Amino acid sequence: MGKYIVRRLLQMIPVVLGATFLIFAMVFLLPGDPTAGRCGDRPCSPEYVAAFKAEYNLDKPFLVQYALYLGKLLQGDLGTNYYGNTVAHELAIRYPTTLKLALIALAFEAIVGIAAGVVAGIRKGKFADNLVTISTLVVISIPVFVIGSLAQMIFGLKLGWFPVTSGDGTWAQLILPGLVLGSLSVAYVARLTRTNLVENLRADYVRTAKAKGLSAGRAVGVHALRNSLVSVITYIGASFGSLMGGAIVTERIFNVNGIGNFIWRSINQRDGVSVVGAVICLVIVYLVVNLIVDILYGVLDPRISHD
Amino acid sequence: MTDNAPFAADDVLDETAADLRPAPTVNPTAAPEQEKARSLGADAWDIMRRRPLFWISIALIVVFVTMAVAPGLFTSKDPYFCDLNNARVTPGGDALFGYDLQGCDVYARTIYGARSSILVGLLTALATALIGTMLGTLGGYFGGVPDAVLSRLADVFFSIPLLLGGIIILYTLRGDGETPYFVSILKVVLAMAVLGWPNIYRLMRSSVIQVKPNEFVLASRALGAKPGRIIGSHIMPNSIAPVIVVATIDLGAYIATEATLSFLGIGLQAPVISWGIAISQASGLGYIRNAPHMLLFPALFLSLTVLAFIMLGEVVRDALDPKLR
Repeated sequence: MGKYIVRRLLQMIPVVLGATFLIFAMVFLLPGDPTAGRCGDRPCSPEYVAAFKAEYNLDKPFLVQYALYLGKLLQGDLGTNYYGNTVAHELAIRYPTTLKLALIALAFEAIVGIAAGVVAGIRKGKFADNLVTISTLVVISIPVFVIGSLAQMIFGLKLGWFPVTSGDGTWAQLILPGLVLGSLSVAYVARLTRTNLVENLRADYVRTAKAKGLSAGRAVGVHALRNSLVSVITYIGASFGSLMGGAIVTERIFNVNGIGNFIWRSINQRDGVSVVGAVICLVIVYLVVNLIVDILYGVLDPRISHD
Repeated sequence: MTDNAPFAADDVLDETAADLRPAPTVNPTAAPEQEKARSLGADAWDIMRRRPLFWISIALIVVFVTMAVAPGLFTSKDPYFCDLNNARVTPGGDALFGYDLQGCDVYARTIYGARSSILVGLLTALATALIGTMLGTLGGYFGGVPDAVLSRLADVFFSIPLLLGGIIILYTLRGDGETPYFVSILKVVLAMAVLGWPNIYRLMRSSVIQVKPNEFVLASRALGAKPGRIIGSHIMPNSIAPVIVVATIDLGAYIATEATLSFLGIGLQAPVISWGIAISQASGLGYIRNAPHMLLFPALFLSLTVLAFIMLGEVVRDALDPKLR
């Protein structure tokens, strides 16, 4: 197990280096003036351009630029925007709200998704199965921002069940945005659970379990389901990426004062330093979450850590 | 050595097999496999033909593609003609879907919006399929160093979520109202294709690795075929099916992502007509309360388009997958 963790950590290094390099290249190597769109609607003042060039070492060779940039990232320095605020500070005051939102979405995803998948998998081909398969297909097809606007319109404005906006970021205000954010992943989790369960229910060890007299509930719950969930958990980890992209949309719709809304506002205020810094931070969080899931995967399925 | 197809060169194969192995394995095992492969396709078609979902998705796709190619067939109005006196007027009378913020006809703009969405989706799916298939075949067939390099490269690109990476690329390449239509479209295509190809790469690579050890590939190599020919006439036709399925599903997903990027104000830029931009403009709280039609109609068209492609891909996948029968 220890060896497995070390190997995973080592494999992670080139991916992190590559990902940061890729983002760096996207920002500074693509054609165009790197200071364009960093100072609001007006062009940057010569003083700011000079300061920007010095901060990112734009007069040095490219690889040196990247190395210095990486060193700053390691110290948690994501840049300082035109308004003189460090991006790290802007993110630090907003992350609790986004974390709450993500937790609600993850809980929704795991509980409802797995439950729906189990119901559909056990009753394969019956009404419940068709209901789950078709409704998840519909949910997958409707982009998050449409679901969000519709949910706000129906549950917020028409029915009045939930607050329409979530400016303060309390748990009660974040329930509806959280459900919207998790909706896409719920559908995928349900489908994945169903497919895996259907396959595992046909496996020999389930037949053995039934043959030796276990109740159907135990055979499904303990034997088939536990094996089906390994890849579902991997998916939930991977879904973190779309979750964070979705958070930008959801927070904009419900006016949640979190990282996503900060990114959206920065895009529209043409505050490029904040956009890039915040997105890099999200990508790194995503990579770390996936590393944790990978290690967890080895714990859940001992076969994986033994090869 | 011009004809390498194992089944057209039966006698040659028999001799080779007799020389190489004690038992006559090549012909008896390979021939039924070819039979099965052919009937799998026919089987799949038979299954698909009887599923209503297949025909629904085909019908939707035909309608939306026609809309994209010839919007004039659906409406005679000019989508760029706007009269502020009509701003936010609800559906009825002259305008089937009502008017938007600027007093433009929502129906005409929704019809004309199909073009950019489908164009972006199609071009991105084609680009990722092309890059992914080529690199995946290279990695899967040759293995070794090229495979290791390509796979690590794919890992890096795969590690950046589509929407987040798209925001960075498009923010850097940001255009404005003066950007020509196709440049605007191509930027979004580029951003999504750069981050989307590893998906197809991984699929194609594993598919090629599965096909490569088959007898008909070995036979072809034994007959002296060059790698180009083996890949072109044996590996490719037998490993491309899953790529087509996933590319179709991805096409739907790319349309949804384009709309999301445009919704955030960073994908396509006005005056390009796009469902994402229309929904973004209509999604203010006051507008949702008083003029929900501005949001509902583009949202409906967008969702139906995405649904059609995802549904088609899934129906084909189910039909090709014997495990699910």
